Amino acid sequence: MGKLEVVSFQKLKKDIPEFKPGDTVEVHFKVVEGDKERTQVFKGTVIRRRGSGISETFTVRKVSNGIGVERIFPLHSPRIQLIKRTREGRVRRAKLYYLRNLKGKASRIKEKK
Amino acid sequence: MKGLLGKKLGMTNIFDRNGNCIPVTLVEAGPCYITQIKSVEKDGYRAVQIGYCIKKEKHTTKPMLGHFKLANTKPLRYLREFPLEENRKYKLGEEIGVNIFHQGEKVKVTGISKGRGFAGVVKRYNFRGGPKSHGQSDRLRAPGSIGSSSFPSRVFKGLKMGGRMGGKRVTIKNLEVVDIDEKNNILFLKGSVPGARNSLIEIRKV
Repeated sequence: MGKLEVVSFQKLKKDIPEFKPGDTVEVHFKVVEGDKERTQVFKGTVIRRRGSGISETFTVRKVSNGIGVERIFPLHSPRIQLIKRTREGRVRRAKLYYLRNLKGKASRIKEKK
Repeated sequence: MKGLLGKKLGMTNIFDRNGNCIPVTLVEAGPCYITQIKSVEKDGYRAVQIGYCIKKEKHTTKPMLGHFKLANTKPLRYLREFPLEENRKYKLGEEIGVNIFHQGEKVKVTGISKGRGFAGVVKRYNFRGGPKSHGQSDRLRAPGSIGSSSFPSRVFKGLKMGGRMGGKRVTIKNLEVVDIDEKNNILFLKGSVPGARNSLIEIRKV
């Protein structure tokens, strides 16, 4: 491992729960509005995890009022207060981009037994 | 000390206190050693020479070995001069580390940019190239007209055309020192820095 990894690994968050694409998660994200701070909860399906180390990000997709919404979060961001896995999905792919073309019943993901 | 020598480690990102993601280049700066102090009497000008990157004795020529022996340092791969600071005492062989910089400081960074070989005008000068459609052929990355006809009957000197790109000394000014790791001698500089990984970088105070 190079020095770059050694140094940047010191800044990683250590309390990240395990979750994979296909899982349903709740992300508690701190939002700053003017001088006020509040926590926003974004709930949806994880469709991708990419990158490694401190640059790793994940994408959460949900359908809100019939419109697909995706948010990309940096995994190690100090603004993420909590990642809660509410449902574990069974999928056969690492990137679930195919969900974007599906809607309603077809876009369901089977739960892992 | 007015500056340091170092090695580019690569780019990554870190988060600041507000949780903003900041792109940074990690530079291993130092430890450098003072190898020579130049004086007006002896050299005609004042400067301090520092060296970086310890190498083996068998890779060092005899004359250079004598130079390092005078300074009482190990053989070093790179030597560069920096201007003297008036109110500071310099000692031969003295070790200099990243602690000469502080967080939030602006620095100048010099390196040798990556060589691009013989590059066309689109890559080299950000020309737009020709149209892609409407009956065009082989005009995609062409420079267009390079001058008029009967007058001046020649191409002006200095016209932007294809040629060797990169591999030159490039200085970037006012890069912010976002963080410092004193234990590992590492500077976190905001943004990008010229050169390939593992290449020599000079960091100067503004």
